[in-house]
Amino acid sequence: MSSNTPMNIFDIAGRAMSAQLVRLNATASNMANAGNVTGTAGEAYRAIKPVFESVTDTPGVSTVKVKNVVTTNAEPTKRHDPNHPLADSNGDVWEAAVDGNAELIDMIETARMYQNNVQVLNTAKSLMMETIRIGK
Amino acid sequence: MSVDDNLFGIHGKALALRSQRLSLLASNIANASTPGYKARDIDFESALKEATTQAGNSATDVSRAVDDSMGYRVPLQPSLDGNTVELSTEQTLFAENAVKYRTTLSFLEGRINTINRALKGE
Repeated sequence: MSSNTPMNIFDIAGRAMSAQLVRLNATASNMANAGNVTGTAGEAYRAIKPVFESVTDTPGVSTVKVKNVVTTNAEPTKRHDPNHPLADSNGDVWEAAVDGNAELIDMIETARMYQNNVQVLNTAKSLMMETIRIGK
Repeated sequence: MSVDDNLFGIHGKALALRSQRLSLLASNIANASTPGYKARDIDFESALKEATTQAGNSATDVSRAVDDSMGYRVPLQPSLDGNTVELSTEQTLFAENAVKYRTTLSFLEGRINTINRALKGE
C-alpha cells in the first residue's frame, strides 16, 4: 500500500468489495452483449474478465485488486442466416462470444463474495464500537 | 513487567492478538477468489504464550508473536487455481474469533469496573 499507515480491516474488506464490483460490471457487460449479432468475426463482442491479484501489506494481511481486465479468446459463433440484414456475402452472421450460463454462475459467486465482505465489515465495525465503549 | 500488564494481565495482549487474527481472516475472505492466493492463519495458543512470556514493549511482542506462529492453511480440497481459501472454514473461524474478541473485551471491562469501584471507594 502506498500510504504509510498500516492496512486495516476496512481497507481489506472495502477494496475486496470494489474488486468484486468490477467483476460484477464485467459480468453485466457480457450479459448485455450476449446474443449480439455482427456481420464480421472481428467486430463480434468477446467476453471480458477481470484478473484479480492480492496486495500484501504485512505478511498475511492482504487485500485484493483488479490487475487488469482481459478480453477472453473465445471465438464468436458463426451462424448461417441469409435473411439477416447484417449477413455477409456467404449469408453468415457472428454471435457474441459469451457463455451465458458461465456468466450467471459468475454473477452469483460475485454476489456471495460481496456479501461475505460486507459481513466482515459489519463484524469488525461492531467489535470496534464495543472496544471504544469499554469502561463507560 | 510494565504497568499495563499488572492492570490487565493476559487480556491486553490477548485482545491485540485477536485483533491481528481478525485482520488475517478478513484477508483470507477478501482473497477468496484470487487465483494462487494461499490462506494464512496464526496458532493463537502459541502466539499468546510467546507474547506473554516476553517482558518488553507489548506492541513489538505481539507483532513478533504473530510472525512466529503464522502458518499456511492446509486445504481440505485444493482447488485447481491454487487458491487455498475455503470459505466455510474461514467464516467459521472468523465468527469464533469475533466471539472470543468480545469475551476478552468483557474480561477487560470487568477489570476496569473493579478498579473504578476501588478508586471511588464504593
